[in-house]
Amino acid sequence: MHDDDDIPPIEILNLPLDAWHRAQGARMVEFAGYHMPIQYEGIMAEHEWTRTQAGLFDVSHMGQLMLSGDGAAAALETLVPGDISALRPGRMRYSLLLAEDGGILDDMMVTNTPMGLYLVVNGAVKHEDMGYLRSELPDEVTINYMEDRALLALQGPKAAEALARLIPRTAELYFMEADSFIWDEHPLWISRSGYTGEDGFEISVPADLAEHLAETLCKQPEVKPIGLGARDSLRLEAGLPLYGHDMNPEVNPVEAGAAFAISKRRREEGGFYGAENIVRDLMNGPARKLTGFSVEGRMPVREGAPIFAGQVQIGVMTSGGFAPSVGAPVAMGYIDSDHGETGTIFEAEVRGKRIAVTAAQMPFIPHNYHRRGKTQ
Amino acid sequence: MSRYFTEEHEWIDVDGDVATVGITDYAQEQLGDIVFAEVPASGTQLKKGGDAAVVESVKAASDVYAPVSGEVLEGNDALEGDPALVNSDPEGEGWFFKLTLSDPSELEGLMNAAAYKAFVDGL
Repeated sequence: MHDDDDIPPIEILNLPLDAWHRAQGARMVEFAGYHMPIQYEGIMAEHEWTRTQAGLFDVSHMGQLMLSGDGAAAALETLVPGDISALRPGRMRYSLLLAEDGGILDDMMVTNTPMGLYLVVNGAVKHEDMGYLRSELPDEVTINYMEDRALLALQGPKAAEALARLIPRTAELYFMEADSFIWDEHPLWISRSGYTGEDGFEISVPADLAEHLAETLCKQPEVKPIGLGARDSLRLEAGLPLYGHDMNPEVNPVEAGAAFAISKRRREEGGFYGAENIVRDLMNGPARKLTGFSVEGRMPVREGAPIFAGQVQIGVMTSGGFAPSVGAPVAMGYIDSDHGETGTIFEAEVRGKRIAVTAAQMPFIPHNYHRRGKTQ
Repeated sequence: MSRYFTEEHEWIDVDGDVATVGITDYAQEQLGDIVFAEVPASGTQLKKGGDAAVVESVKAASDVYAPVSGEVLEGNDALEGDPALVNSDPEGEGWFFKLTLSDPSELEGLMNAAAYKAFVDGL
């Protein structure tokens, strides 16, 4: 007899917008321990809508953390390779939480707010992240898990227009800037950021106000709710890695193509976990590198497909699928660096068949960010 | 001509000893947008319950099983250029393959339209 009864059932939790998603006709799936909407009207239509209009994504599964206390920025810098101390108020940065050997434990956004350093981390590993931060950071740094807030992302070329109708001053934000705003007498924390490759915003909202906000946003003619399915195809086309797939504790930021997240001062001074390996890889090149691939034909090449140069396996795909805006399958995966040149043709194996794949520049479609300094 | 259904959400039209196989409207609805379909080559011997074809949505790849045993007469080449036919007309133009039945008695265990509808309603 098995002692199955001794294993507690894993409870799948509901997020603040659960009932709202269902009322919108969402198909719900389990993701990161929560019931989440995978799609509403269909992934292709939702993907296309986000690229041309504005899509509203519920990303409340992600962990919203506030680090406060004396020396929080300097302390966090021992665990991430970004220049956190130099972040000006209202500015944010993409960074990576590093294990002692420089392996990536998570990727995250760090914002300098009046309340402290606001971190948004991946839902699937947020509890591990919090445990790690607590054990690594000094007691003077307080970690507040903002469980009472939902997180909505409004993404697409019409996002700014739609949001400005509710909160005019959001038009003043540029890419990777954030501020607090009042809507309906409640404070919202809004950043101009996202993970679709499009212009857009991420909105941290009190959980009990989330439905009212989602409802109001979706009343704007440009806005429709979009599920996790399209979120994945959008980020894949935008060449943005997904933690747990394209990044994991086995790879460091240089291998993961995130060298841009290692600030100049930090490269020179070190002082973060894995600095020795990471700086060496920056100078000499990493042994393997996350690489984008265009795929010949229409058969999708997905996560796990081995990559070959002739008879020799030189890597494995970590993400892949049909890219609706490209109109063809694309993929990303790790290959040994001596093979990595853009334009080189390899083969991926799917169900015993070899398919030609070509190392390609990412993103697969251009980013459409509202950057400061860009000509208007 | 009679139409049968399986619990794996395939339909089978039988005309003499020739069967046409596809996936049901319920199946395409569950899969979502179809972006690729791979159908078996003519001459392929299929065994009931074995892998026969592959259908891929944006999200994932799924196997289509052979609902009955037989030899493939032809795969639906139209799906190569227009896999979305499986979404738009799953029980018509979006068929997957035709085969010659090797054991017509295998049809006995399959559902008719009313039984399949009751099966889907219970899911």
